Order: sequence, then structure tokens, then C-alpha cells
Amino acid sequence: MAKGESCILKMQGITKDYFGTRVLKGIDLELKPGEIHGIVGENGAGKSTLMNILFGMPVIHSTGGYGGAIEVKGNPVSIGSPFDAMKLGIGMVHQEFMLIPGFSITENIKLNRELTKSTLFSKIFGPRLESLDIEAMGNDAKKALKSLDLGIDEWSKVAGLPVGHMQFIEIAREIDKSNIKVLVFDEPTAVLAESEAENLLKAVRKLAGEGVAILFITHRLHEIMAVCDRITVLRDGGMVTCVERTRTSMPELARLMVGRQLDEAVRIHPDTSAKPLALRIRNFSVDMPGETAKKIDLDVHEGEILGIGGLAGQGKIGIANGVMGLYPAKGEVSFFGKPLPLNNPKGAILEGLAFLSEDRRGVGLLLDMSIEMNIVSSAMVIQGKFLKKYGFFTQVDKAGVRRHALETIKNLDIRCKGPDQSVRRLSGGNQQKVCVAKALALDPKFLFVSEPTRGIDVGAKKLVLDTLVDLRDKLGLTIVMTSSELAELRTICDRIAIVNDGKIVGILAPNADDTDFGLMMAGDYDAR
Amino acid sequence: MSESVKSKNRGLSLGTRKFLTNNVVTILFVLVGLGGLKVSGLSIPFFLDDIINRVARNGFMVLALIIPVLAGLGLNFAVVLGAMAGQTAIIMATHWGFGGIGGILLCVVLSFPFAYVMGLLTGKLLNKTRGKEMITTLILGFFANGIYQLVYLILIGTIIPMNNEVLVLSSGVGLRTTIDLTDGLKFGLDNVVKIPLTLFSVLAGAAAAAGAVIQYLVRRRRPLGGKARLNWMVAGLVFGIASMVWGVYQMLNQSMFSFLRVPAVTFAVIVLLCWFIHYFTKTKLGQDMRTVGQDSHVADVAGIATDKIRVTAMIMSTVLAAWGQIIFLQNMGTFSTYGSHENVGMFAIASLLIGGASVAKATISQALIGTVLFHTMFIVSPLAGRVLFGDAQLGEFFRSFVAYGIIGLSLALHSWKKRMQGKLK
Amino acid sequence: MTHDNEHGADSGVTKIFGALKSFGAPRLIIIGFLVILWILALTIKIPMPALFSDTLIRLGMNAVLTLAMLPSITGGTSLFFGLPLGIICGLLGGVMSIEMNLRGFTAFFGAIAMSLPLAVLVGLGYGWLMNRVKGSEMTVGTYIGFAFVSLMSFGWVTLPFHNPEMAWAIGKGVRVTVSLEGRFSGILNNFLSVTIAGVKIPTGALMFLTLMCLLVWLFYRTQLGHAMRFAGMNPKFAEASGINVNRMRILGIVISTILGAIGILVYAQGFGFLQLYNAPMYMGFIAAAGILIGGASLKSARISHVILGTFLFHGILVVALPVANTVATLGSLAEISRAIVSNGIILYALAQKGGES
Repeated sequence: MAKGESCILKMQGITKDYFGTRVLKGIDLELKPGEIHGIVGENGAGKSTLMNILFGMPVIHSTGGYGGAIEVKGNPVSIGSPFDAMKLGIGMVHQEFMLIPGFSITENIKLNRELTKSTLFSKIFGPRLESLDIEAMGNDAKKALKSLDLGIDEWSKVAGLPVGHMQFIEIAREIDKSNIKVLVFDEPTAVLAESEAENLLKAVRKLAGEGVAILFITHRLHEIMAVCDRITVLRDGGMVTCVERTRTSMPELARLMVGRQLDEAVRIHPDTSAKPLALRIRNFSVDMPGETAKKIDLDVHEGEILGIGGLAGQGKIGIANGVMGLYPAKGEVSFFGKPLPLNNPKGAILEGLAFLSEDRRGVGLLLDMSIEMNIVSSAMVIQGKFLKKYGFFTQVDKAGVRRHALETIKNLDIRCKGPDQSVRRLSGGNQQKVCVAKALALDPKFLFVSEPTRGIDVGAKKLVLDTLVDLRDKLGLTIVMTSSELAELRTICDRIAIVNDGKIVGILAPNADDTDFGLMMAGDYDAR
Repeated sequence: MSESVKSKNRGLSLGTRKFLTNNVVTILFVLVGLGGLKVSGLSIPFFLDDIINRVARNGFMVLALIIPVLAGLGLNFAVVLGAMAGQTAIIMATHWGFGGIGGILLCVVLSFPFAYVMGLLTGKLLNKTRGKEMITTLILGFFANGIYQLVYLILIGTIIPMNNEVLVLSSGVGLRTTIDLTDGLKFGLDNVVKIPLTLFSVLAGAAAAAGAVIQYLVRRRRPLGGKARLNWMVAGLVFGIASMVWGVYQMLNQSMFSFLRVPAVTFAVIVLLCWFIHYFTKTKLGQDMRTVGQDSHVADVAGIATDKIRVTAMIMSTVLAAWGQIIFLQNMGTFSTYGSHENVGMFAIASLLIGGASVAKATISQALIGTVLFHTMFIVSPLAGRVLFGDAQLGEFFRSFVAYGIIGLSLALHSWKKRMQGKLK
Repeated sequence: MTHDNEHGADSGVTKIFGALKSFGAPRLIIIGFLVILWILALTIKIPMPALFSDTLIRLGMNAVLTLAMLPSITGGTSLFFGLPLGIICGLLGGVMSIEMNLRGFTAFFGAIAMSLPLAVLVGLGYGWLMNRVKGSEMTVGTYIGFAFVSLMSFGWVTLPFHNPEMAWAIGKGVRVTVSLEGRFSGILNNFLSVTIAGVKIPTGALMFLTLMCLLVWLFYRTQLGHAMRFAGMNPKFAEASGINVNRMRILGIVISTILGAIGILVYAQGFGFLQLYNAPMYMGFIAAAGILIGGASLKSARISHVILGTFLFHGILVVALPVANTVATLGSLAEISRAIVSNGIILYALAQKGGES
């Protein structure tokens, strides 16, 4: 490894706590000029927190700062704001474009760094009224674009440009900052087509050749292998290793990224493959922004718990939302042999499907309503339960609602002050149980569960997972659980489908090899 | 400008069609205006005299709306507050007995601190009601009207001492409902120099033609495409020469037109404001405002102080509105203390929208064209109402229906379009 | 319906603080103001019974209009600034009832019956529009309301109403204010009216108000009512539960429009006149202010907010006028304070988090 003095950036023993939970556990990172340094890790491994610290984001400093030391060119620095980072020559190419479509490329490159010239007016009213030096701005922009070998007119509007070009404009903006020394790429190829990604990697190499140190964050292992000099692997906020590219391989990286001690032995469940099909999905595409699913084929057998795993943004969330009719979907879905109407939430519920949304507080609950009204809400308005009927006129059966709520609260062990407490005040785990109760009030045959333990503290996670297993064992429900946490899928699922780039890459047994899981999630399974 | 850039490489028919769809509202009002003019049977010189007057007195206020649109704050219904600041200055100047151009300048100075504070407060409020700016400015206008009435109807004479038999009601409390400026500020600006329309036409034409050529030659390396730049130059040249020819012709013929007089200084002030807005959009502050207006999140990330920029935009708009109201009232010569400001925001906004502007985009030419079209309708609709329905009142109802309707429609269309775009994303 | 669940069973002090906090500063200020006005009125010896009667009469007159805000808010379309549309439907009903020469209760209920189909139609159209301008309901609603008022001014002149009671002496069209004397003026206020300790109680109007509130209350307990409330509270939740959110928004608006139509007729019987032309223009703001003062927000409201808010808001106006007149002859103070209070409370509500996005 390189000696400290030749390092442009050195981060040492970086730790970070959010509300008592340690999310970064002592990360070391060294970066030399001209080096391309890859950072890999699953969602939640700590990559974005590390970058937020490097950029002095407010979210870090409003939650008590960080531990450890950062040095730039051998001098200890404290980065208190993104502006400090900029002054130190650290730049970032954002995952979501920070571009203004209505502006020209030049205006975007020079955003808030416009060149101005003094006029009579500005001499009287101050420098804020200096007029823009359009010509000089254009020249700078042209130069930056040229250094990326990008032959587009610097005055064309950003709106309508291909996505690949937009990414390059972001890079050009960073290059145009004259003192750029470290450039961070955060999942730069996530939105790019393959050929565009090639171009990007070329540009990255070119920049490194000019002496800029590059931090390359991605989950695409083959890109890491293609461009990086060294690779740091993070897992669960800890640093697993930092290796030279030449001394590692894709399977090894995949294993390092995923591998973890399982909390408990993998449960072995009775084989359900002989049971009838509960859900048969063919050629199924869902248009859910950020989670698009493309041409999915999937079979779910009665009585099984099927897991759907994969990295965020790859489309795993889209499947359940599509079947439930919440986002536009097309394809064939049959439910216990009967074709299921698509794009019709009411129809799906009436057929016996229920859904625990990944957005618990936004989609799953009425936060300001009582527990009991949340539990009966769907069953009441869709199935007409918990109502007294007077001809055409209906009235809510308050006594019936209360009875059902009390019973469910007892059965699911929801910790609350009573059925009329508002859901907003409940803990995450108990809110999730209310969601379960709401789904159960529909008497479903089939349950979609998305990210059931997101935002729930560690102790309660197990309770939620146990509840799901109970539902299958005692009520005979068929469950499809979608989760970003591979470990929890492996704890309770019978089979696990891994989604990458909107497609199912493969279905693995919960006790399959870490390397297979890692490669499938990274989309490099075929490349092995 | 952008339309012409976009269409430069496409067929004429496509370009024309695009022009038509982009400007459907404006074209409709041109037709309505022409139709109304014909039906009402107004003579052209009479109409011209009226419209010149109206553009002179209303143009400034409409232009005051452009800056908040630029900053993404939408249509600023709170120009009413600026109008109140302007009226406050006029009441003070009238009370102290100032008149003429000196009085006007005094009003301009006096109104500034009031408008500044009001704009500041409005801006701060809008930062608390992000995403609800327009309804906030609308309600704020009503709210401020209540405060205004409280001050001038009740506090004057009780808490604020004011001894002025002409202005204050006989009970000693509150201002009279109308204030006459005849012996003071009336025509303070208009009458500085009044020149014949024909001469004005020649001068303006010459200025336009010269401006077009100079612009073409000096700003050679602007990002605007060469062909579009040439088109602009030719358009300016043709307009300028036509205007000069017409002026000379009428001058020689001693027609009705040569008796019309134009308040040259008022127009000069409006032109100055146009130039300022044009210049402003190309300054650092103006660019920041455009950035905030386009996407305040991106602006934030780029390190622009979004909230401050929004407040600045509101202050500028409010101050300009105050001056606009001063120009308006010196031309009217008399004003209703508790009513003159009420419809100011609505009429100005309707004008801007008729000119083809939207909640998200407004230009100087849209403001000017809109002012002409809206006031054309204002002039002709009572007369047309009398001719068509035998009742001038119906024409007036039609007029206010159009003003409200165009605002409602344009807000609805904007929101609709935004939602459609959101869906496509 | 949300707040009572929130004050849980905490200890006494926090409970009181919590209650005060959810009650909100503006409400406390307004209640304080009202109390001061009452004390002032007492000290300057304004006859109390008359003030009480006036307050009750105003409550009966205005509460149904305020109630018209409720379905719209709970249905998810925020404050119903399109109220003038409903009001115009009601006014049309009233004018038709006079044109048909109806009198007494027949005239009043006839007017309501005739205005209902209009209100449903107008509400459907308005609701359709609101579903296309999500996020700008209030701004668009305000101007659609204004535009409709001026369009109807056109209508008042040209529609074929011939009853001489309503016509101008010269010229075409209906008068600006049409007297309801001998038609249904005071028909509710005077029904079963009793005077207790000098306070005249408008029994009929209060009964009618109770009936309206009861109907709305019952509606919210139905399957449809729940669906609408869920849709308004959290559209994503409702969508996921299989509720057609857009239809629920329209439903809320239609009910609001109907209540607006009934509300103006109740108002008119108390006032004694139908006010046409520009009169309905700003009534939406008054009603909105009423429910906001009662404790509603742009997203949640309940019947108690309607009653409390109308009582407070119009109570202040009733007391302010005689008090102000005695302290100093300041004729317009009531109007001015109405403008300041009503628009101030709307601004306050806008500045709170949430609402239109």
C-alpha cells in the first residue's frame, strides 16, 4: 500500500452514530493522485454515509458529527459543509442528476459559478448585478466538454439530451472546477445503457490519467474489475478489506460483499413444489418509477414463503406493487388458476390477495386514525365487513369493530394503549403489526410483504419475521416477501428469487453459497 | 426567442402550427379585440388615443409581475401590496402639497421603504408556504386590504394625527373615499413632455430599427443561432421603418392621428424598465433567480441561497408595483382611496396571461402585448355590449368574466400540464 | 375526527398542554378576543340578550355555509373556494321558487329541491376539473368561482325571470337584491322561536342546522363515507385499499356544492334577501375562515370545527359592531375586522405544514 505522504486523501478510523446506532465502524481509506478506487457494498453497507461525511453534508453535522480523522494532502482538515469540500477540491457526480433541463449545457456547467463582468450598473448596485460573461462561460464549457471527448454544442439545451450525455455534463461541471483533486462517482452507470457505460469508464480512466483521484462507488462488479486499481469492500458499516484489483476476483468480491454470519440456523421447510400453484406470473412488466420490473416469470406454490431479493432500484419492489394493481403493469397473472385482473387494486383484494407495502407510513397506514379503524379500513370499504345495513344505507358497526380490534391486538401482541390510540404514536414494529392486522381483516389467501423490517429496531425485526412464519404455519397463507436484507430472506424463506435490472436472475435455496447470491445481486452471475 | 430557435431547422408548416398552438390565447384575443373594435364602431384615432393612455398607465404594473415568475413564485397577486405602498406615498405627498414631476419623484422615494418592507414580509411568508405561493399571495392581498382600510379608515385621525380638511372625512377620522390629484400629482409624469403621436412613431421606429441593427452587429457571438438572430434583426428593421413611414405619412397628411399626443416620459420609463428586466435576467442575481425558479432543489445543492433569492424577487416586484401604481394614479388624476388597488393585481395578471405568459414563463413582449390586448377588450366590450345586447352592463360583465376566466383557465392549464409531465416521467 | 385519538392517556399536565397545543394559538387568541369584547360590551351596557340572540341567529345563518367546507376538506380537495358555484345554484333555486310564486315552507324547500340537481351537476363538473388540477385546487377554485360569478351576472340579466317582485323598474334582468318578504324570509328563524330571558332563540334555524350536521355525521359513518375520508386523509393508502380516489374527491365536492346551495338559502331566509350578482364572490373565504377558526386545517376537519368556528367568527362580528360604535363611531370596523380575521386565519392555515403541494 502507498505511504501516507503521497496520498491526496486519507480517511482514518471513520465512525458515525445515528441516534445511538453505530452505522460506520471505523473505516480507513487512502487515495493517491490518479488512482481509481472502487467502493463496493450492499445497500446499507455505509457507502453513502461515508460520502456524506466526506462532503460535510448537513445530515452528518445535525446528528452529532463523526469520529476519526480526514487528511487532504497530508494536512488534517475538518469538512463542515459541502462548500468546504468544494474548496478542498473534492467533487461529486451525483446519482440523480443535478441539472436544470431548461438551461443550456453551459449554464448547467457553470451553475452558481458563473463568470461575470462589471458594468456601470453593477458598480452602483453591487456585484450581484454584474452581467454574465456569456462568451467566457461558453469557452470554459467547451473546454470541459472537449476534455471528455464529448462533441456536443455547449449551447444546446439539456432537456432532450440522452441520459449518457447528462452524466457527462455533470462530470464536465466537476472538471471545470479548476482545483478538482478527488472526484466521487456515486453509482454512475446505474442509469446508463451498456455502450454509454463504456464511454463513461473511458472518461474515468482519462481523468485518472490526468492525475485526478477517483472514488468509484458501484454495485456492478465487472465495472469495478474493469477500471479500479484498488477496491474497498464495506459490509454492515464495517470495513471488510481493501485489496488490489489484481489480487482479487469477482466471485471473491461478491462473497465478501454478502457474506455474513446468519443469526440463526436456516429453517428447513417442507417441500411445497408439489403443491398447486398459488400465483403464476408470465411475461410480467411493471412501470414503477425507480423499480421497473421487466418480463418477469415466476411461480409461487401454495403454502410457501418465497423471497424476492436484490439491490435497491433493481425492480424487486415493482413485482408486488404491480400484481396488486398499484402501478401500471402488463403480462399474464393467474391466481389459483384464475386469471387475475391487472391494474385493479380492488379486484386483487377481492380475489384474496393482500399487501403490506414497503412504504408503511405512506401507503400502509392512516397515521392519524385509530388502530381499530386502520385494522378494519380495507375490509370495510372493499368487502363491506363491519357494517350494519339499513337498506341502501350502511352504518359502521362500532361494537363489531372494537371486538375485532381487541381480538387482533391480543393475537398479534400489538403493544398499545388501546384500540383507539392513533397509529402515529406506535413504534415501527407495532405499526407493522397493525398493517398485518389490516391485511388479515381481509381474510386473504395470499400475502405480499415488502420490506417488512425496514425502519424497525433490531429486537422487533425477529418478532415481525416470526409473525410471518406463524401466518403461514397456522393460517396456511402463501407469502411472497420482498426485502433488501438478504439475511432476513434467508432466515424465513423457502426459496429466494434475486432480481437484477428488472429481471429475475435466478432462484436460490436459502442456504446457497454467498458467492452466488453476491454475483446475482451484482448482475454478474453470467460473467462468472 | 426559444420558439424561433427550436423551429429553425423544421418545416415552415410545422413551425407555424407550433406558433399557433403556443399562442392560441393571444391569437384568440387579437380576434376578439378586432371583432369588438368593428362591432363597437369606435373610430381608430379615438381608440388609439385611449389605448396609448392605458398602456402608458398600466404597462409598468404588468411588467412588475415578470420577476416573481422568473423566480418560480408564479403569478404575484400580492402586487396589490405594492399598489398600497404607492398609494401611501401619494397620500403623503398630496397631504404635504407636492405636485408635478417633483411630487412624483418624491412619491417614488417615499414608496420605496414601504414597498421594501412589504415585499420582505411577503417573501418570508412565501418561504413558509412553499408550493402554495399563488393562493398565499391572493389571500395576502385581501388580508392587506383589511389592514390598509384599518389604517386609513380608522387609525387616521385617531392614532395617526392628520389635519387636512380636503383629505380627511368631516368627522376627523379616516380618509375620504376619493382623493383628487388634479391640483397636485395629476399628469406629473405624463405632462413632462408630450409629443405628437406621429413624431413619436417616427422616433420609436428609428430607435427600433437602429436598435435591431446595433444588436445584430454588436452581440455577434451570442448563443442564439445565426438565422434566428437575423430574423430578429429583420423584424426589428421592418417594424421600425414601417413605423417611421406611417408617422411621416400622417404628419404630412395632417390627419386625425397627428393631433394625438403621447406621454413620452412615461413611455420612456416603461422602456427603461423593459431594458432593466432584460439586463437583469443576464446578471448573476438574475441567473440565480432563474435557477431557483427552474429547480430550487438543484439550486440548493449548487449553493444558491434559495430562500433569500425568493425574498429578493418579492421585494423587487413589490417595489416595482408601488411605482407602477404611482404612474397609474398620476394618469388617472383621481383615485378611490379604498378601491383603486383592489383590482390592480387581477387586471395586471390577466393582461400578462392574455399576452401568452404562463405561471412558469413570462417575457417582456408578452407583458406588453397582453396589456394592449386586455385594454383593447376593456375599451370595446361595454360598447360592443351595447351594440350587441342593447346593454353596456353586459359588456362589463363579459369583461370581468374574461379577466377572471382567463386567470382560472390559465392556472388550470398550467397545473394540468404539470401533472401530465409528472406522469410521463 | 383525528384529534381526540391523539391526546392518549398521558398525565394530567401534559394532557392539558397537548390539548392547548392541538387547539392552536390562533383559536386561543380569537377566544380571548371574543371574551374581551363580551366584557367590554358588558361594561358599556350593551343589552346582552340582544347580543346573544344575534349571535345565535348568525350561527344558524352561516353554519351550513361553513359546513360546506367539510366534505371538500375531508375528501382531499382542501378548502372549497368554489363555494360561489354552490351558492349560485342555491340562488337560482330561490329565484325560481319566487318565479313560481311559492310561499312559506313550500317556497323554502321548493328552492332547495330545485337547486339540488343544479348543484349536483355543477359539483360534478367542478370535481372533474379539480381532479385535473391536483395540487392547485385552491387557486384554480378561487378563480373558477370568480369567473362563474361574473358569468352568472350575465345570466341574471338575460335569464327569463318575469316576476315583477324581482325585476328592475326599468331595464332587463333581476335586481341586485331580491326581497324575500312574504316568501320565505325568516321562515326557519321564526319557526318555534321562543324568547327566554330576553334572548330570542331561532329554534327552526338551529334545528335545521342540527339536521344538516346529523345527516353529514351519518354519512361519515357509512361505507362510502369512510371510503371518502380515507381517500382524503391519505390518497396512496386509499388507492392501495382499492378505493377510487378521484371519485371520492368528486363526491366530496358534490356534497360541498349541495351544502353551499342549501347554505345560501338558509342564509337568505335569515337575511331576508337574495343577494345576486357579485355578492357570492367572497363568501367562500368567509366560510373557509369559519371552519379554520374552529380548528380545522387544510387537510382535516370535523363537524365540531364547523360549529365552534362559526360561533366564534360570527360571534366576534356580532359583538364587535355595537362595541365599536359605542367606543367611537367607526362604522366599518366590523367589515374591516372580518377581512383581517378571515384572511389572516387562512394565511395562518397556509403557513402550516402540509396542505396543497
